[in-house]
This record gives sequence, C-alpha cells and structure tokens, in this order.
Amino acid sequence: MIDMTRPEREPGAISKTVADRLKRRHAAERRFRLYGIGAIAAAMAILLTLFVTIVGSAYTAFVQTHVKLEVFFDPRKIDPEGTNSAEAIRGGDFGGIVKASLRNRFPEATGRRDKRHLYDIVSTGAAFDLRTMVLENPDLIGATRDLWLVAGDDVDMLVKGKMPRDVPETDRRLNDRQIAWVDALSADGDVEMRFNTRFFTAGDSREPELAGILGAAVGSFYTMLVTLVLAFPLGVATAVYLEEFAPKNRWTAVIEININNLAAVPSIVFGLLGLAVFLNVAGLPRSAPVVGGMVLALMTLPTIIIASRAALKAVPPSIREAALGMGASRIQTTFHHVAPLAMPGILSGTIIGMAQALGETAPLLMIGMVAFIVDIPGGPFDAATVLPVQVFLWADSPERAFTERTSAAIVVLLFFLVIMNAGAVLLRKKFERRW
Amino acid sequence: MEISLLTAVVLVLAAVGFLSGRSRALATAAGGARNLRSLPGHYGYYVAVWCGAPALLLILLWSFFQGTIVESLLVAGLPDVQGLSEAELGLLVNDIRNLASGNIVSKEIDPEMRAAADRYGSLRTMAFGALAVLSLALAIGGGALARGRVSPRFAARERVERAVGVFLIVSSTIAIFTTVGIVLSLLFEALRFFNLIPFTDFLFGLEWSPQTALRADQVGSTGAFGAVPLFTGTFLITLIAMAVAAPIGLLSAIYLSEYAPGRFRGAVKPLLEILAGIPTVVYGFFAALTVAPFFRELGEDLGLDVSSESALAAGVVMGVMIIPFVSSLSDDVINAVPQSLRDGAYGLGATRSETIKQIVLPAALPGIVGSIILAVSRAIGETMIVVMAAGLAANLTANPLESVTTVTVQIVTLLVGDQEFDSPKTLAAFALGLVMFCVTLSLNFIALRVVQRYREQYD
Repeated sequence: MIDMTRPEREPGAISKTVADRLKRRHAAERRFRLYGIGAIAAAMAILLTLFVTIVGSAYTAFVQTHVKLEVFFDPRKIDPEGTNSAEAIRGGDFGGIVKASLRNRFPEATGRRDKRHLYDIVSTGAAFDLRTMVLENPDLIGATRDLWLVAGDDVDMLVKGKMPRDVPETDRRLNDRQIAWVDALSADGDVEMRFNTRFFTAGDSREPELAGILGAAVGSFYTMLVTLVLAFPLGVATAVYLEEFAPKNRWTAVIEININNLAAVPSIVFGLLGLAVFLNVAGLPRSAPVVGGMVLALMTLPTIIIASRAALKAVPPSIREAALGMGASRIQTTFHHVAPLAMPGILSGTIIGMAQALGETAPLLMIGMVAFIVDIPGGPFDAATVLPVQVFLWADSPERAFTERTSAAIVVLLFFLVIMNAGAVLLRKKFERRW
Repeated sequence: MEISLLTAVVLVLAAVGFLSGRSRALATAAGGARNLRSLPGHYGYYVAVWCGAPALLLILLWSFFQGTIVESLLVAGLPDVQGLSEAELGLLVNDIRNLASGNIVSKEIDPEMRAAADRYGSLRTMAFGALAVLSLALAIGGGALARGRVSPRFAARERVERAVGVFLIVSSTIAIFTTVGIVLSLLFEALRFFNLIPFTDFLFGLEWSPQTALRADQVGSTGAFGAVPLFTGTFLITLIAMAVAAPIGLLSAIYLSEYAPGRFRGAVKPLLEILAGIPTVVYGFFAALTVAPFFRELGEDLGLDVSSESALAAGVVMGVMIIPFVSSLSDDVINAVPQSLRDGAYGLGATRSETIKQIVLPAALPGIVGSIILAVSRAIGETMIVVMAAGLAANLTANPLESVTTVTVQIVTLLVGDQEFDSPKTLAAFALGLVMFCVTLSLNFIALRVVQRYREQYD
C-alpha cells in the first residue's frame, strides 16, 4: 500500500511561497492590464488635445473685428469728372475716403508716420467694400454714413486678446498710440465682432483679414470631381473583372500584387509620377485640378478596388447561379444582379477613398497646386489650390492672424471628412445586406 | 475647357446613337421586340459604343500629346534657336506660351516673339479645330456605320458584351501601368541625375547641400549630393515614431482584444481609427504649433537645448499618426489566435497576462512583426508632418533634440516652386524618390513574407 499522507496542513490552505507567488502574479496581471488602459488613455488624450487645440484656436476666426467710422463718400474722390459711370466709380480713390474718415475721427494724428500707423487700423479691404457698395447704389456719392469697416489683422488680434499688451512696444506689431486709438474706439462702442462671412466667400489673400477658403474649397471640389469620375469606374471595373471574370492565372496574380503594392506606395511618389508624366511628358497645365484629380485617382484606386472586391465577394454564389439559370449572360448576371447587391459596400469604400484623397497634400505639392491663387477657380483646368494645401500655405505664413485661420480651415476640412465618413458608415449600416 | 465641351458633345452624340439604334432595331423587327435576336437596348448600346468610344479615345490621346507636338512645331519654326541651351529654350517657349495666353512675360516683348506667340496661338487653334473635326467625324461616322448594321438577326448583345469585357480588362491593367509609370519616371530622371553625380557619391556622401550656384562666378555652394544625412534623419524620426507607436499600438490592441468588454471595444476602436483618418497636414500643423514649442519649453526647464524643429516633435506626432496602423493590424492577428490555445493555458493555471505574454503573443508574433514593418514603411513615406515640423538643415546627428531633415522633406523642397529639368537639384528629388520607393516596397515585401512564412497553421 502506498503511503498517501502529505505534510500536515489544514485542508484548503496553501503554502506561504505559493501564496506569495500568487500575489506577485496577480500584481503582474493588474500591472499588465493597467499598461493596456494606459496606452488607450494616452492615445485618447492625444486625440483630445489635438481637437481641443485646433478648435480652441479656430473659433475666433469665425468672427472678425469691425470698426465703426463716419464715412463721407466724397464725390471729388470717387468721381471727379461727375460722369457717374460705373467705370469711373471703379477707378475711384476709395482708399483715400477710408483714410479721410480715420483722420476725421483722430485729428491728432498729424505726422506722416503717425498717419500711416492710423491707417493700419482699418484693413485695405475696406476700400473694396466701399467700392462695391457705391457700385450697387451710386446715390451714396456725396452722402455721409456710419459704416462698420473691416479692421486690420493686427487690430483684430489685439481685440481678440491674442496680442499681449504688456510687452515692450518694439515687440508688438501695434505701437502704443495705435492701441490707444483702438481703445478709444472701443470705449465709444465703435468696435464690434461680427460674423466673418468673408472667410467663406473669398479666395486666398496676403492679408489675413481678407483671406477666405472658398477658392480652396472650390478647387477641392473640382479635384474630387475628377478623382471620382476617373477612379470610381476604373476601380469598380477592375474589381468586377478580378472577382467575377478573371481566370486564376499568372497575369491576374501580377495584377493583384501590383494593386497591393500601389496601396503601400508613399503618396509623394504619386506626386513624382504626376510631375514626370502628366506635366513633363503630356504637357498638362500646372496647378490644375485635372492633374491633381488624376494623381489622386491613381492613389485612391487601390482603396476602391480592395473595398469593391470585398463587397462583391460577400454576394453569395446562389444569386449568380439563379441568374445564370434563368438564362442571363455573365455580363447581365454581374451588372443586373451582383453589382447592385454589392453597391452599398462599393460606395462606402469609394467614399472612404475619396475622404483620404480630400485630406491628401503631399502629391499635390509636386504638381504645383501650392501656388498663391486669389481667384476662385472656374473649372478643372484653372489654376487652383485645395483645402489641405491651403492649410499648409497658411500654416507657413508669419502673420499671427493666419494661425487662427489655419485652424479654422482645418475645422472646415475635418467637417467635410466627418460628413463623408459618417455617410460611409451609414450607407454600410443601412443598406448592406448580411447573407 | 474646350476639350471638356468636345467630350460633352461626343457623349451627347453617343446618347443620340443609343436612341437611334434602339428605335431602328424596333423598326426593322417586324412584329415587335420578340423577333429581335438581342434586346432592343443592346442595339442602342452597340451604336452608342461605336459612336462614343473611338472618338473619346482620340480626344484622350490627342490631349495627351498635343502639348509636346505643338511645342516642337513651334520650336522648329523659331528663327534662331540653334545657339540656345536647353534651359534657355525652355524659358523662351514658356515666355511665348505666356504671351499667347496673355500672362506676364519674363522679358521685353520683341516683334519676333510676338509673331511666335501668334503662331503658337494659331497652331493651338488649328490643332483643336482638327481634333474637333476628326473626333466629331469619327463619332458620327462610327455611329452611322453601326446603325447601318442593325438588323433583327444581328448579334448585338454578344458584341456589346465583348466591348464591356475589353473595358474591364483594360481597367484592370491600369494598376500595372501605374507601377510601370512610377518605376520608369523615377528611373529615367534618376539615371539623368546619376549621369551628373556619381551613384556612390549620392549613396555614401556625408554632405547634403543641393543649392547650386546660379551663376558660375557666384561664391559658395557648388552643390553636394551626399544623401547619408537624409537617410539618418529619416531613420531617426522613424525610430522615434516607432518608439511611440509600437508600445501604445500594441498594448492597446492587446487590451482591446483580450480584456475589453464588447461595448468598450466598440466605442474605442473607431476612436483609435480616427487617428488614421486625420489628414497629415493637420498633424503637421499640430506638431509645429503645439508639440514642438511644448518640447522646447520642457527642454528649457530641464536645461536642455531643444531645437524648435527638433526630430523629437516630428517623430512623436508621426508616431501618434501610426498608432492605428499598428493597433488594428495587431488586433486582427491577436484575434486570429485560436481560443483553444488560451483555454489550454488557463487550464494549466496561467493568469490572463501570462497567457497573453507566453502563449498568445508568441503565436501572433509574425503578424505583429509584419504590422510593425508596415508601419515603418508608412513612417518613411510620410511627408507633411516632417515638412511642417522637421527642419531643412541636413545634420548628420543622432540627437533627437536637434533638427534633422528627411528624404521626403528634401523631395518637397527641391520640387516646390520653379523647376528646370536639367539641373541636378531637381533631378536629385527623383533619385531620392527612387530610393524611397525601393525601400518601402521591399519593406512591404518583407512584411508579407514574414507573415506568410512564419504564420503557424492552426486548426
């Protein structure tokens, strides 16, 4: 008989070494779990910081400081000949009118330098606004009105509290007198924040207070249009061919490897391709949305192809068999039955690809879409820039006021991206069938 | 713009062709559509394809080659171009083109140039006129011919389906053409560069200063194209990025797949993916505006001298961007490890973390390594963050607090703005692009092989 006795111990108790080890092991377990939570928390914290910084510096760009001045529409300055024609008004000295109003308001500014500083309070864009007003309503000539004029960017920064007042005068963009003038204006209630419509209706400008994103947004629109027109049919056709028709041979294997490789090629290389082929060989115009759209289409193709293939693969073979059994040809089967069922997946993949293309900057720098363009492009062949490139350009500008505009442009860009991605998710959730 | 109008006209013609083909099919079939061999629509498509496809193809090819052909005709007609170098000629042609389209010209306009510009304008008008006439004739002729062939016994469906099949095959080859185009364009320009600068100087040279002198007698730089500082700079920033992305990405993937309850996972995973969806230019702005000053101040407090364009700031922000690449790929791999392995470990009394560290991670290792290699390739090719947050000076240093430059930054600085395609400065960008293309491609290849080769087969 075997002796089954073990060292004396209470039933259910464990030795001290084991208990200690167990404690250590459990502590290690908790530590490990904490690492995981810590990693996620770190990522979330960074994401939050990113959004808070961007939005926090962006929201002030949606309002713009305006200054109220008594403006006398001096006929001698607008229309010295008295012809009252639109042509004469267009050539009128509206800058002089703004300057005269400022001198009226602050007669103590006498020296040349003083006057120049005084004129900095109001933006140069105010003169254009006055011209538009007079062009619309020529009766204004000779009248005197209280008008809200756009303030210069430095005044804007001061009023928004983004320019410190307590630093030495030489370290500020505004000197003490200018600040005193602005304070005098605001003490009279003649400084006001108004919604910055210009930001949404103007093209780029060297003056921050006159710069808007409409030009870039329209450029983005044309670029995306070209990308969509090229990438969607080509991508879907490729996916349909590979998934429904292609024989499994070496040639299709080569195509598949190529597609997967293209998906991993850095985007800037596509820009080099566009520069060498589309601009230098084909002689297409620089800075044009067509070329940008073509480059981005090549870049987006792999995304669309891979998503479309997955969507087509998800359609069960019974659909195809039923259609073929009813006498449909293979093309009819594919285009009448399989493709429509896969369409939600294809479309959401396309939207995600387009969202990527919308946020892409680097390849567009290569093909000259970084030019400074004031006009709003009228078509895909006009020189244009796009939203992310506009962000890049403004981020590079030294003026303080461009920082908040950069953030505001980012907010607009993110807004479009969120809408597109939400659309893709919605499309998939709502219309995709599970078999 | 004129081309788009022409394209629209051809498309309208094709639509008209569709209608006329269908109605003709119906008209020729005595007794209605049932006597037709194909559906009436197929006859319509047949006519539309013959009407539209050749004309559109012609427009496409024409607009691709018109620029070069018109230019060579223009140069051939210029009186005294023999003495000019390639660059001067390019400038002259550019001026003529600008003059013709009413833009600003770099020098004074002499009557000769005015004449050349007029000729350029008339050449362009002529070219467009010829294209318009040819393509419209092609569209109408093709459509009419096809319409003539429509008859009840005509096999329209087979022909249309063959055309569709051809379109599908042609589209699928675009990927190959793109790859070939990338390789050829990079190789071609890079070879021109290596004709000017020896290959070994480029690959092993320690000094990078691409600023070549404008005039021969100018003092200073003659241009040095040693790319080693760029490679080390890229490597340094990638290393910092991976030091951020690999632990955070991997640990969050482990937590999400092994510990997190379903709802937490469902909420956090999309949030992590957002990091990958933010445009890189936004990260660049964030790095330059917030992160770099933060590190700089932190360094000042610690008594360190941190450059305002430090490799650290760019690298950390790039790491944040890459977190989702690591985490979502690792997540997939970890989920693919069969549950039976975990159950076996639990059965032996292992805690969860022991199971993960000793069973799950070793089993998932090839996939994790693959995902990290892919992330490295992504980091090497990333452009905007480093353009906005890293420096331009090519320092050969391993100190993350100093400013370094990367391959992508140099490509952008060399190519943004005006270019002339015979200076080594511009061509160097293509050589750098070629190196980067090769490196990222081989990294992807290695990642794929690692995953395939070392994946253990379960079940």
